[in-house]
Amino acid sequence: MFKNDLLKVSKLLVSVLLIVMLIPSLVWAKEALPVAEDLEVEKRMLAITMDLRCLVCQNESIADSRADFSNDMRREIRQKIKENKSDEEIIQFLVDRYGDFVLYNPPMKPTTLLLWFGPILLFVIGFISLLTFLKRRREQIEEISLSEAEQTKAENLLNEKKR
Amino acid sequence: MMRYLIPLAAFMVLAAFLLVGLTLNPRQVPSPLIDKPAPVFQLNHLHEPDKVLSSTDNIGKVWLLNVWASWCVSCRDEHPLLVELAKSGIVPIYGLNYKDERTTAMQWLKRFGDPYTVSIVDADGKVGIDFGVYGVPETYIIDKKGIIRHKQIGPVTADSLQKTIIPLIIELQKQA
Repeated sequence: MFKNDLLKVSKLLVSVLLIVMLIPSLVWAKEALPVAEDLEVEKRMLAITMDLRCLVCQNESIADSRADFSNDMRREIRQKIKENKSDEEIIQFLVDRYGDFVLYNPPMKPTTLLLWFGPILLFVIGFISLLTFLKRRREQIEEISLSEAEQTKAENLLNEKKR
Repeated sequence: MMRYLIPLAAFMVLAAFLLVGLTLNPRQVPSPLIDKPAPVFQLNHLHEPDKVLSSTDNIGKVWLLNVWASWCVSCRDEHPLLVELAKSGIVPIYGLNYKDERTTAMQWLKRFGDPYTVSIVDADGKVGIDFGVYGVPETYIIDKKGIIRHKQIGPVTADSLQKTIIPLIIELQKQA
């Protein structure tokens, strides 16, 4: 009898505890805030910032980075989009202040020619040296002509193996 | 002999490039604003909010613009050096209080000393963006014509003061 009562009490306690545990989740639950006020602006902003470097965390784009610097840039770019600035004007605004380094796609300039054409140059050098190497090797291999006696001897040897 | 020398030479060239790369600091992004006029601004003073400093007010003198904030840890490293420089009277230092709270900023100056002729408030960081600020502290040397001549990214050090900043200031002060 006593054991049964204990079971009842503990069951009651567990249910009370469960209800208590649920209260905070009810209190804190809130409607999710919309990420952006204007989806069109946000879309354009993301397209622009995808190719821009965050100067604080340099291997992240401004679109990806959560650094304060990137937050400011995104805010600035959103505002410029609302002011009807073109993508080029916005990118130029950043380049004027932070230099070409903000661009993940460096522009073609005299100082970046090596950057743009270096890989092709290396490929051409490699290809030419491969060709000369192959040509030289071909010249080094000499055809050895066999006399008739040697020829039959060689054939005999080959036939012997087959058997 | 040649077949060993050529790869060796190629390796040495590559190693030399990599060695130079090790000494470069990717954080030091060269500013496109060097030798260009300082951006136009009009900002309120930190201590007297109704007063305004504009970018043309300092035409005719060489001055330093030091970007600082009370939340910036490495600003504390350079601060004693700035206080000392201000005491020497070589050059007026103007502070750009970047994205900070007015009261905490003023407390910070009270605690660590105030080297600034005037501190101006850039609460939302917009003027900072115009100056290409991306890592506080930053220090700009601006000449008599209002042209940015040098940008120090990160804290000023005793070394950078002696070797770069002070010699450049003295040279710029000699110019008409």
